[in-house]
Amino acid sequence: MAVSVDEVADAMYDLVAEYQGKKKFKASDLTKAMIEKFGGEVDKKFCKLAIRQLMDSGRCVYTYFGGSFIEVPHEEGAAGGS
Amino acid sequence: MADSQRSTPLLDELKEGPWPSFVTQIEEMADEGKESCGQLLELLERSYNEKIGHWKHGGIVGVMGYGGGVIGRYSDVQDEYPAIAHFHTIRVNQPQGWFYTSDSLRTICDIWDRHGSGLTNMHGSTGDIILLGTTTDELEPTFAELTQNDFDLGGSGSDMRTPSCCVGPARCEWACYDTLALTQELTMHWQDELHRPAFPYKFKIKNSGCANDCVASIARADLSIIGTWRDQIRIDQDEVRACAENGMNIERDICGNCPTKCIEWDGNEMTIDDSNCVKCMHCINAMPKALRPGTDTGACILLGAKAPIVEGAQLSSVIVPFMKIEEPYDELKDLIERIWDFWGEHGKNRERVGELMQRVGLGNFLEEIEVEPVPQMVAYPRDNPYVFYEEYYEEDDEEDDEE
Repeated sequence: MAVSVDEVADAMYDLVAEYQGKKKFKASDLTKAMIEKFGGEVDKKFCKLAIRQLMDSGRCVYTYFGGSFIEVPHEEGAAGGS
Repeated sequence: MADSQRSTPLLDELKEGPWPSFVTQIEEMADEGKESCGQLLELLERSYNEKIGHWKHGGIVGVMGYGGGVIGRYSDVQDEYPAIAHFHTIRVNQPQGWFYTSDSLRTICDIWDRHGSGLTNMHGSTGDIILLGTTTDELEPTFAELTQNDFDLGGSGSDMRTPSCCVGPARCEWACYDTLALTQELTMHWQDELHRPAFPYKFKIKNSGCANDCVASIARADLSIIGTWRDQIRIDQDEVRACAENGMNIERDICGNCPTKCIEWDGNEMTIDDSNCVKCMHCINAMPKALRPGTDTGACILLGAKAPIVEGAQLSSVIVPFMKIEEPYDELKDLIERIWDFWGEHGKNRERVGELMQRVGLGNFLEEIEVEPVPQMVAYPRDNPYVFYEEYYEEDDEEDDEE
């Protein structure tokens, strides 16, 4: 595949960052968006690697708000700063 | 806080009677100096008085790289109870069948004494070891110590939850397949699905060695893998006669309680019509020396159970009446991945796979996961005369054309 895992991870990060606070993405939402963006160059397994890269780098985190989402790390209001 | 300063009259009532009390346990930790446990009791007393819960769960806490295993819990009265402003739960992947050495249990408890409240649940309803109550700052150090001691976090959120199983062949003569080996393999094979939530909602797998279903998989797992057999129940006629001589009323208690009435007893010999046996285990449980499961064993695969969250409670439905459960389990893994693919593509947020199955209809669901419908899937006869199947339409049309 011509596109690299890093490039897909970057594209995922850009999407999540652009919509931070407006829309929450599940892993499957990002996968569908990347397949649409890169066409046949990526598949579900490739996107899974990109998500793993995104998480291990710390650029994104998983959150739970009734379901699991992928977001840019942020201070949670409920944490109360303590 | 010293116990003399704590006033919890409603909780005190829960310490009465002969049984162990969670209040006593939490008080012991509070008296050992865990301030969070003292405030936990005070907050619960307050909730009992106000009839309001003061907890919410979820949020952004976790450990680096993982999306499961930590459930954030916050109090909404943090200023008044600062020691439990955060009181997060950690789920730890349990060993298959819940076998521990006393040393490994001490290790977990020591880690939790250092980093958390010291309170645990053994075990949560999914099967994990539950470590109750710590702060965000302590999550990574706890995780590091757990992994140094060969423990890992379990599942939470929209992921594959930690698979669990009964004790299986390790301690039970009825196990129709090796529940421990299968659970270990599924856990290791799908580490990514366990730690990185990618599903519409949770997905639980529970493996029971026989229809006694000691892990209640038919009610509590999205995927229930329940041991069964497809040949004949093994009968030891001498032991059957011994049961009768010892006072067992075989006609009433065995034949009469068989759900399909497929057992006959003439006073000297027992016969079973195995073609009508539904493998419920009743007769085997009642006469464990005389009757045993057959030797051609495997499992029945069921899908779709869940507790009442978004919609009502649901038991799982048969999708494969019999499958051999043998290494490397490729047939089972392929089936599960086909289910995940369809669910991932079409499931709504927070829609369990059983709810999707109901929404699209069992027929359509089976077609998508490439499973042939069989009579064992029929829960009850058709009750709506206006439901037709395409095949019948086509046959009728062809007949009309011929006429």
